[in-house]
Formats: sequence, structure tokens, C-alpha cells
Amino acid sequence: MASMANVLGLIFANMHEQTLPELTKTRAMGSVPFGSKYRLIDFPLSWMVNSGMTQVGIITKQNYYSLMNHLGMGSEWDLARKTGGLHILPPYGRESAKVYRGRLEALAGAAEFISESNAEYVVMADSNVVANMDLRPIVDFHEKNEADITCVYGRAAYPEERALAQTVLYVDANNVVYDVLARPAISGEMNVALNIYVMKRKFLESLIRESECRSLYSFETDILQHKLRDYKILGYKYEEYFEIIDSMKTYYKATMDMMNRDICREVFSLDTPIYTKVRDVAPAKYGIDCNVKGSLIADGCQIEGTVENSVLFRGVKVAKGAVIKNSIIMQDAVVEENASFVDAIADKDVTISKDRSITGSENFPVYISKGATV
Amino acid sequence: MNHIKKECVAMLLAGGQGSRLYALTQDMAKPAVPYGGKYRIIDFPLSNCVNSGIDTVGVLTQYQPMVLNEYIGNGQPWGLDRAHGGVHVLPPYETAAGKSWYSGTANAIYQNINFVDRYNPEYVVILSGDHIYKMDYSKMVDFHKTHEADATIAVLEVPWEEAPRFGIMSVNPDGTIYEFAEKPKEPKSNLASMGIYVFTWSKLRQYLIDNENDAEASKDFGKNIIPAMLDNKEKMVAYHFDGYWKDVGTIDSLWEANMDVLDPNVPLDLLDDSWKIYSRNPVMPPHYAGLSSKIENSMIAEGCEIEGDIDFSVLFAGVTVEEGAVVRSSIIMPNSVIKKGAVVEYAIIGEDCVVGEGAHIGERPELVEDKSQWGVAVIGHHVNVSDKAVAPPKAMISKDI
Repeated sequence: MASMANVLGLIFANMHEQTLPELTKTRAMGSVPFGSKYRLIDFPLSWMVNSGMTQVGIITKQNYYSLMNHLGMGSEWDLARKTGGLHILPPYGRESAKVYRGRLEALAGAAEFISESNAEYVVMADSNVVANMDLRPIVDFHEKNEADITCVYGRAAYPEERALAQTVLYVDANNVVYDVLARPAISGEMNVALNIYVMKRKFLESLIRESECRSLYSFETDILQHKLRDYKILGYKYEEYFEIIDSMKTYYKATMDMMNRDICREVFSLDTPIYTKVRDVAPAKYGIDCNVKGSLIADGCQIEGTVENSVLFRGVKVAKGAVIKNSIIMQDAVVEENASFVDAIADKDVTISKDRSITGSENFPVYISKGATV
Repeated sequence: MNHIKKECVAMLLAGGQGSRLYALTQDMAKPAVPYGGKYRIIDFPLSNCVNSGIDTVGVLTQYQPMVLNEYIGNGQPWGLDRAHGGVHVLPPYETAAGKSWYSGTANAIYQNINFVDRYNPEYVVILSGDHIYKMDYSKMVDFHKTHEADATIAVLEVPWEEAPRFGIMSVNPDGTIYEFAEKPKEPKSNLASMGIYVFTWSKLRQYLIDNENDAEASKDFGKNIIPAMLDNKEKMVAYHFDGYWKDVGTIDSLWEANMDVLDPNVPLDLLDDSWKIYSRNPVMPPHYAGLSSKIENSMIAEGCEIEGDIDFSVLFAGVTVEEGAVVRSSIIMPNSVIKKGAVVEYAIIGEDCVVGEGAHIGERPELVEDKSQWGVAVIGHHVNVSDKAVAPPKAMISKDI
């Protein structure tokens, strides 16, 4: 089996932002807050680290300040290394590169980094999947089967509205991908691509060169679909819990999934933890007469009101008499006295004023944008 | 010698056993004892150093240093992983002349004169790892400078009846110290030394050497260095501190100091962003307050899973409290498990303990007739308490029961 130290990780921090316009207005997809203290990029980054990878490049496009702020030197992921470690790759990495239109152009912008890594294999991932994935068996599978490209997929029953945001794979009994549908209008059980791909570095480099010559930019269309017969493209089925964040509704659902203890313990396993930036705040403080049930609470929260079936990020304040139900409240938001916040999402630094009442629904959670005062 | 000079270097005395914490310091030095839901005691002096702009800290270890060494690591959590300076753990060492343990606080610094000299500092701040407080040492160093002092000692007004427990300073109206008495039976002042000193390094260096050459001396700051400097009429001034300061050297004081973080009237704000206390953060998900949980007046750290009742308690990271268990007025240190139906009251549970189903640790004071029999019950680190076992008030349990 290939040494995982010889596998380069590449994470696309800005893909799929159009599916989550509210939350990605001021931040990259990778820095969308999730699960009371994490950012979405923590998932692929932690998988790579937990799988023994020591070189990771983060491919960015826009709005990447919050991402850089989050990642710092990578020390929280143990990627502040003398050799290898974490590298943020902004656009305009070289003179000829433009802001990329698709994955292939993005990779072209990172070509020098990829080639200098000297890695044998490359694992690419996006920042829109919540899971706790071991990448070792996937690289192993790729190597054993001598595939050109291994695509990781999960099986899920999706309605049409969700399928429209996915790449769907058709895979035969020998794991060969024989058809690829981009954003199909279908519904039911399907193999959804988790946008995690394994390739040999040399193979990826030849793809990048060829695509540049032919002005190709979409990995899904120009490679997976058009080169399906030319290359050995295999599907690897991921059987554990996963959720693709492809809309506000699924973001909300994936968050609420964390209230299920089994899912939460799997995704945030103590053996293969999800790492994130440390914020030095004291533990959460519960006041007199507060009432908190079935909720995930981060450090630095101060709670004097009622919180049910909700996720509170770091530094959230819930005043006396305030009621929060089925909601997500991000960092440093304040819910003032006797306010109520039900089936809703409050972004960072939101204030819900005294006595105000916000109510959404499970299918359409109300979203309050960053810094707003209601 | 380094060519880059540091104006001020801190030396943190962290070698003490803390014997009055019994089971809690059996396998770790006192500065490593957990406090306040996510900290260890040493986080306070270390964070104070960083917040005061002191970026070079020597931590002198001796007793059970493993936990402390691992915890401090490269100093990254405190921002003390510096190319020049930073935090350095300084254990006793063997020399060509032989082996020598640190035989006293002054001897510990004496043995590390070479470490301090490397930075060629003007001033040295001497700290201990025994107290919970927030203090800006840079103000104290400024005070030392403006008074052109040779030594500055931080003092705190204590109630007169408690004065005999402390090193007591008698101070002139101009702030200079004219007398020092270690634990006097009849104190002449109620200004207690906080064990925080600023010395002009060149002065202290000479006193350390002289003290070392004195075969009779006990090589201690309070017993030797301070009295010797006073005798020689060195300029010594008292620096008044009036914030929260708590010695956590006994079970009762450790318990009280933890309860203080729950009391909004106690002036120790751990959530104050302007003077953060840094610590090594465990990698754990947020804590989960379960459907059957009832939590009030408590501090709960990340990674906890709570299904029981928690009141007036401090729970460290990764603690599990099962359904029907009750934790009241207690401190539960990291990764311990309180099983179904167990009751923990007025107790301190160490790290990685398991309190079995239906066990009962400690007791409420109102239920104990003979008040002399009441006290905080302590379960040491890594102890298993079997189902239905009872640990009475004042119990000190360091082996499985």
C-alpha cells in the first residue's frame, strides 16, 4: 500500500458556493460554520490528517480572508510542518492564470505546487461534505485496481431538487463508472458523487496539461463524462454517514443530524477527531433557572434562558426568558430577554432584540445574516 | 550568550508537590492540577506573562513533571513557541560536580543562572504556579523601574486573622519595605507577600551566589534572599495588588476557587477577552446537554455528555454524566464518568475516574450533624468507584473502592 505521507491533499475551498448563497456571501464555502465550532473545511482537512497525509494545498478563489484566518499556519491540524504541511493557494498563482471557471483551471493554477510535492498520489476533496472519512482504504482501492481516477460516491435517496445539484454516477458490479450525469432531473436512490477523487500525481499533471491545450475547464464534464471510455474510472462506495451540504435546507438538516448521539459520535469521533481552530474561551456557563435540553453547546456560551434541540456556537449569549428551539445560532450572537427564536439560523454576531420573536419552519428555516440586529 | 537582549525574563517555580492536595497531586505537580473547567493552574501565570508582554519564561520543574512537561510542550497554546525566548522547561540536572535536586526556591533559580544569563535581562520576575489570579506584570516591572528598586514584592491586604498564614511585609509610607516576617504569630501588618517578585537581575544574581555559598542557608527566597537583602538595606518596595487572588494549595481552597468561577460577584471573569487565559484545548466536539439533563449554575466544558442533573458544579472536558445521576456543588475533572443514579455532592473527582451506578460521593453539610466531620470528598485521578460504593465527606480516595 502506498505510504499516505506520499499522498498530496488538495481541497477546493470555494466550490458549490452557489448552493448556499446566504452563508457564502462573505465567506468561502470552506469557512461556513458548522456544528457549533467547526468550519466545513475542517472535515476534509481532518480526514487527510487522520489518514496520515502531511501535505495539503487549499485551492481558493474568492472571499478567502476568513478561511486564511481560520487555518492560520495549520498548527491545529498539526500541519505546521517544516516540510510539507498546509499551503493556501490563492488564485493568480502564476502570471497566465485567471480566476478559474472550473476545477481543471483551478488545478492548472496550482500546477507548480502539485508537481513540487513529489507525491505519488493526489486526493482531491471539496468542502461540502459532513462525514468522518478514512481515506486510506480509498487510496488503497485506487492502487490495487490500478485505476486512473477513483470517484468516491455515496448511496442516497434524493428528490429531484437535490439531484439537480449533484453529479450522479452509474457504477457496474466491477466498480467501473459507466455513466456520469451532471445535475440530472431525477429522483430516488442514486449514487451521488462526494467530489472526492484519487489519481496518480503524474496522471493528474497530464490531465491538467491536456486540458490547458484544449481550453477545457470542467472536471466533471470534460474528463468524467467525455473521457469515460478513455480512462479507467472507478467508483468507490462510501458506506458510513455522510451529508452533502447543497442548500440551506440540507445545511439545517445536517446540523440537526448532530443531535443524534450515534451520528454525532461517529462524525466527531474522539479517535479520528475533526480538528478546528482553537478559540481560547472559558467553558459554557449555565445560569440560574436556565433550561437546556437536547442541544449542542460550545465553550464561551452564557445561557440563562431556554434552549431546545439547537446548536449554539462559541460565545453565544441567551438572556433570561429567551427561548431558542430547533435553531442554529452562530458565534457571538446574542438573544436578548424574552426573545424567541424558533426553526431559524442566526449567523455570526446577530442580535435578537428583547421580546422579538422569529419563527421559521423546518423546511424553510429563517436566516438572519451576519451582524444583523433584529 | 545571545546577542539579542530581553529586558525581562520570568522564572516560574513549578516544582512543588502541593502535598496538601493529597490524592490530586500524587501523580502530577500542583501547577498541573486542573482548574476552572478547562485550565490547569499554571495557565494563569503563563497567560499573565504573555498578556504582560513577557515572552521568555523558564518553568522550573522537579516533582512529578510528566503531566506538566507534556502540557507545556512547545508553548504554542500560550503563544510561547518563539524563535528567541519562549517557554523552556528547566528540570534539575547533573553536572560535572555531581547531581543536585533543587533544594529550595532560591537554589532552583541559582542552578539556572546560565539560562537567565543567555538573555542578559535587566529584570527577572519570579512566579509560582500555586495561585489563581490575573495580573499585569508589566505594571509591576514599571513600578520597580520608577522606584529604582532592587526588589519589588507584590502584596495583598489580607484579613488580620489570616495574616499568620502568610509572609508579612511591614511597609513605610513611601512604599519601601522595612521588615519581613514569614508566617508571624503576631503580625505587625496585614500585607501578605503573593510570592511574586521582580528583581534587578544583577542584584539577585549576586545574592543567589552568596546564598549558595552559605552552608547554613536553606536556599529559599522567603527565608534567605529577602531577609538578606533587607539586612543589606537594598531598596525593596511593595507593589499593591487588589484583584482576585486565590491560593489553591488545599482541598478546601481548590474547591472554593472553582466555585468562585460560578459566582457572578467574584471579580474573576474568565470570559473577559481583554485578558484571556490560554490553555491547551482538548480536541473534542461541543458538549451535549441531553433530553433528560437538567443543568443550572454550572460551567460545562466541551466534549461533555450530560443526561443527569447538574447544579453548582464545574465539569471539565469529556465528562459523562448518565441519566439519573446527580452532581451538586462538585468539580469533575477531565474524562470522568458518573454512572446512572450516582450522587456526587461537595466533592472533587479527579481525571479519568469512573463513579459506579448508585455510588454516593460526599455529602451536603446540612445533612452532617457533627460539622467537624464534614468536608469536601476527594476521588484521586484514575480511580474506579464501584457500583453503590460510598465515599463519606472528607474522604480522600486514591485507590479503587
